[in-house]
Amino acid sequence: MHLGESMRDCEYSQISTRSSTPMETPYKKRTPKKKKWESFPGRNKFYCDGRIMMAKQTGVFYLTLILILVTCGLFFTFDCPFLAQQLTPIIPVLGGALFLFVLGTLLRTSFSDPGVLPRATPDEAADLERQIDVANGTTGYRPPPRTKEVVINGQTVKLKYCFTCKIFRPPRASHCSLCDNCVERFDHHCPWVGNCVGRRNYRFFYMFILSLSFLTIFIFAFVITHIILSSYEKGFLSALKESPASVLEVVVCFFSVWSIVGLSGFHTYLISSNQTTNEDIKGSWSSKRGKDNYNPYSSGNIFTNCCVALCGPLPPSLIDRRGFIEADAPQMAPPTNGITMYGATQSQQSHMAAATPLLQQQRSEPVIITSSPENGTSLPALASLTLGGPCTSLPIGQPTPPTSTPSLSCHEAADMLMMHGHTLNHTHPLQEQAALHHYLTPEEVPSPPGMLHCGSPLGHSHTVQASFYNPASQDSLHEDSVRGLVKLSSV
Amino acid sequence: MQHTASLVTKVFIQRDYSEGTVCRFQTKFPTELDNRIERALLEQTVKTLNSYYVEAEKVGGQSYLEGCLACATAYIVFLCMETRYEKVLKKISGYIQEQNEKIYAPRGLLLTDPIERGMRLEISVFEDRGSSGSSPSSSMSSCGTAR
Repeated sequence: MHLGESMRDCEYSQISTRSSTPMETPYKKRTPKKKKWESFPGRNKFYCDGRIMMAKQTGVFYLTLILILVTCGLFFTFDCPFLAQQLTPIIPVLGGALFLFVLGTLLRTSFSDPGVLPRATPDEAADLERQIDVANGTTGYRPPPRTKEVVINGQTVKLKYCFTCKIFRPPRASHCSLCDNCVERFDHHCPWVGNCVGRRNYRFFYMFILSLSFLTIFIFAFVITHIILSSYEKGFLSALKESPASVLEVVVCFFSVWSIVGLSGFHTYLISSNQTTNEDIKGSWSSKRGKDNYNPYSSGNIFTNCCVALCGPLPPSLIDRRGFIEADAPQMAPPTNGITMYGATQSQQSHMAAATPLLQQQRSEPVIITSSPENGTSLPALASLTLGGPCTSLPIGQPTPPTSTPSLSCHEAADMLMMHGHTLNHTHPLQEQAALHHYLTPEEVPSPPGMLHCGSPLGHSHTVQASFYNPASQDSLHEDSVRGLVKLSSV
Repeated sequence: MQHTASLVTKVFIQRDYSEGTVCRFQTKFPTELDNRIERALLEQTVKTLNSYYVEAEKVGGQSYLEGCLACATAYIVFLCMETRYEKVLKKISGYIQEQNEKIYAPRGLLLTDPIERGMRLEISVFEDRGSSGSSPSSSMSSCGTAR
């Protein structure tokens, strides 16, 4: 409301924004809100509207699924009737339960978020860079791999900086090159389940291979029993001829048993010593590295380690897959461009007490402010398109600085101009209206600097322009030049 | 009601890994907040948050029960039941909101729930009302003050 009032107070707004408002509406209504999984930076595949998350290559997972389904299907169809009759019906029941458990844990492992760490926001990345530069005493030059050392339980652990995710990885986290994500307590990337195995799905993975071992042994044993019992009556070869499926099952199970049981044994060892596959392969806690090298995460007790790994609390997913993308405040105008304070301060009335709802809106509509071309500096004036929640860099009204405006903001502004109504999240109707104005295309700029006002953080920044903008005096010459310049900047 | 607040910077409180991989934040006071908030207040907030996370990640009787029950039901129970961790996260969320309203917003700061930032604590610093200078032009301010 205030924004609108102050708009009405200032002439320019009537020309620049009102006339274009009706045209803006279609843009606003047309763009549906995107969910976060749709713009997830890693190499993952999402299904069921973000509920299911898998790696990019899932071919082997389907093979696993088919092998399990076919083998079990054959078992239940050809061997179970005989066994239920000859021995006991408990066999198919037990087999069925085991099969369902295997399937459940497999799907749970494959479909869940392994513990992906969200990448750093631009602000955080910048903050880390600053800290690193301060620590190194250099700027601009990228030093060799950045590590931080931390002492955990008396053991020195190195935290590495991930250049892709722009964070210092927590201990035991690792970056999966296949999925292009940093995963907490990274164990390994398993193609058989089509996903990484990390903190959040390790227990499911372990339960899967354990139950699969039992299932494989179960099927193997009972198919052999079936053949043996059959061969007492009909002879060995006839028994085989009668149920050829059994032969297939035996072959599959025989080869699976070695690998699956072996893997279960290996992971049982890992769990009891509280290590990840990654650590074990690298020999991170091996005594070969040094006398004092030990695993700082292990509690020393096998039972405790197992309980922690399998029955510990399950942390929630840190990547909000199904949440909607909010219009994040674009990068703050870097304070170093020297124009942060111009014109902005007068409108600072931070009513912070009630600011929270507002502040949430500060992840707001990007702001595009243009300065009046009547200053004679048309290109620079346009170059002063600034973008950002903070909106602190308002060169408007200043005949100058345009060159000081970061070209970045120009580019961003241009992007915003192009991305009509892309990332808005308004709860405030006025905000909505305000936001609409952000996306005036060059064609719609009716006359020079359609003064597109700031988003919430700086409600009245546009008012700065009021005194400098005299729309009535703008002629078509300026108009065309402005349009041309807007187009130019959007290239 | 329209308010104006200009974001000056964002301060990130880093994780403290000295106790392992458990979620814990450093109580070291960031220098950017020197004149914005009292050290004791921020330290208290961080300590309380740390204690909440310890509670969430505690491996004890309840978590074992939960784990065993979940395993026995092939983890289907997670579809209907809220885990202890999630319950504590809700408490944390409420606590952060309360802290924001009472302590941080009046000082021009805003805490962001760590769960939204990958378990990293972000404090947004807004320009202090008191430090805003006079308007470059009176005409501008007249427009601007129409609230």
